Amino acid sequence: MIEWALWLEWARYGLAGAMMLSGAGFMLIGSIGVMRLPDFYSRIHAAGITDTLATILLLGGMIVTSGFTQTSAKLALVGVLLFLTSPTATHAIANAAQKAGLKPRLGTIASPHPRDREDA
Amino acid sequence: MEMTFPVDMNLPINLFTIFDMVLLSMLVIVAIAIVRLNSLFSIVMLFGVYSLLSATWFVSLDAVDVAFTEAAVGAGISTVLMLGAMLLTSREALPTPPLRRWTSLLIVTATGIALIYATFDMPSFGDANSPANSYVGMEYMARTITDISVPNVVTAILASYRGFDTFGEVVVVLTAGLGVMLILGIGGSKRAAGTAQLKATSTPEPKLPVTVAGAKGPASNHHVVLRVVAKMLVPMIVLYALYVQFHGDYGPGGGFQAGVIFASAVILYSLIFGMEETRRAFPPGLVRFCSVLGVFIYGGTGLVTIILGGKFLDYNMLDKHDPIHAQHFGILLIELGVLVTVAGVMLSIYYGFAGRYRELEDRNW
Amino acid sequence: MLEFIVGHFNYWVVIVLMMTGLYVVISTGNLVKKLVGIGIFQTSVFQLYISLGKVVGGSPPILEYLPKEYAKEASNYVETATKTAVATEENAIQPISDIGGTIDVASDPLMGVIYSNPLPHVLILTAIVVGVATLAVGLALVVRIREEYGSIEEIQINEAEYKQEAGGS
Repeated sequence: MIEWALWLEWARYGLAGAMMLSGAGFMLIGSIGVMRLPDFYSRIHAAGITDTLATILLLGGMIVTSGFTQTSAKLALVGVLLFLTSPTATHAIANAAQKAGLKPRLGTIASPHPRDREDA
Repeated sequence: MEMTFPVDMNLPINLFTIFDMVLLSMLVIVAIAIVRLNSLFSIVMLFGVYSLLSATWFVSLDAVDVAFTEAAVGAGISTVLMLGAMLLTSREALPTPPLRRWTSLLIVTATGIALIYATFDMPSFGDANSPANSYVGMEYMARTITDISVPNVVTAILASYRGFDTFGEVVVVLTAGLGVMLILGIGGSKRAAGTAQLKATSTPEPKLPVTVAGAKGPASNHHVVLRVVAKMLVPMIVLYALYVQFHGDYGPGGGFQAGVIFASAVILYSLIFGMEETRRAFPPGLVRFCSVLGVFIYGGTGLVTIILGGKFLDYNMLDKHDPIHAQHFGILLIELGVLVTVAGVMLSIYYGFAGRYRELEDRNW
Repeated sequence: MLEFIVGHFNYWVVIVLMMTGLYVVISTGNLVKKLVGIGIFQTSVFQLYISLGKVVGGSPPILEYLPKEYAKEASNYVETATKTAVATEENAIQPISDIGGTIDVASDPLMGVIYSNPLPHVLILTAIVVGVATLAVGLALVVRIREEYGSIEEIQINEAEYKQEAGGS
């Protein structure tokens, strides 16, 4: 019986760790995307998607770590708030850019790195 | 079952110091980026990032109340105010001439080296026996349980032991608000005065609107998401401000943070629904009245304790049967005063800046 | 040496940030950027105060026991402390006169928990709010200067000033 509870505890921390690590990984991928992608709309795409997914994974990991406590209820509320606000923020930025007349770059695009540029 | 943190506090470099060092290097990088940039928009946004990073460091330094205030004020209100001022002035800074750059660098380096030389005598980081941590602060810590009996010692010191100091700070906030009102006007509905002068000058007018107003026509469909989400968020933010206010005795929070959060809810409302609507919901006269009312509540509490036979802000006079109840009552009253003044002043300042804009319609985009 | 560096690292970073703020203030001619520089300087002073109040191994200055639970926890604490003292006596590792008997709430009201110093937190909390209010005054002045002179660059303001004086006299 005690063995079983111990295994459950380990599984809980393992799950939490996996969630937080993958959240951090998505965050890293998003940051690389923001730095590397060629134009505004694709960059905001990278930022927006990772914002939602990565933060929800991180918060989920924290909720699993803290178990059924007041802290996890507060974390869940933070998650709801982020789930509402970060897509809205992304939408507002993209909307403002589109209204201000910024056109997305279509077609094949040369890499921004000077090494890959033919005309350099 | 306890999950112990794999940290040995006795090591000179442990997980906590590594975390601190990463945060501090990020702070330095952001500060240097601010130095090197000339686009004011980027500078202002980076300053918000800088405030948020330093709030994170404050959490690591156990100053949760300060971190809360820094995040709400530094990354919230001051970024909004700076963006407003930037849109009213210009978007680009002129680059610094090389001679001035090198002279400044020389002065700054000399000063920095002198200051670093002075730190060699300072107590090392986290020393429990340093002069700063030996006397009055720890005395407050030990006495709060029996004297005031609220868990959050920061609130106890802020509102009770040093209530007179805090009264001074609240009056300073009110004075600064009055200063802004005197310089920029009180943010009434007449906005022509500023714009007329602006047109006379040669530089082009700032283009981007801060208020997304006039969302009545069919052209306003693209704001529908913002409007729906804002309608959901504004009541939640106000509720959160009240939670922060009344939970301030038990956890991080209090009148200052709650006032700023309340003001930010109104600012969000005005950004989405326009200044006209906001003026109807929170008339500038009411906001000005509130900023004075808070100081009145605070000072009035002090006067009442004098009338009841004590000293200024001596809460024990408020309930002669139980000093702890009296303390709680006094803290509640003056935190209310702080909330009302801070929210009122922040909103009057915002109204002052917002009153300088022409209200931009959707077709102007 | 390593301990000295780690123990003073916070001061050095704070000084670097403070000097960055000072550099922005004296090098740029743009008034809004100058105010950002003042903001960086101000925040670095806040950081200096807060890092002075940190105690290694401390927790935030929010008491772990609510006043109601306090009496119960305190009696538990005294009990465990006495037990530890007795155990120490049996093992004869250290003399009990240091710990035994005298432990009560009056001598250790914090019940063995280490807290960071709350006083700097109070000072800085109010200073931050006052800081944003004064920043607003500065920004208001900048906005008025822009309306009066048509620029927020020091050089252009000076030129406009000279022109006004020359035209007026």
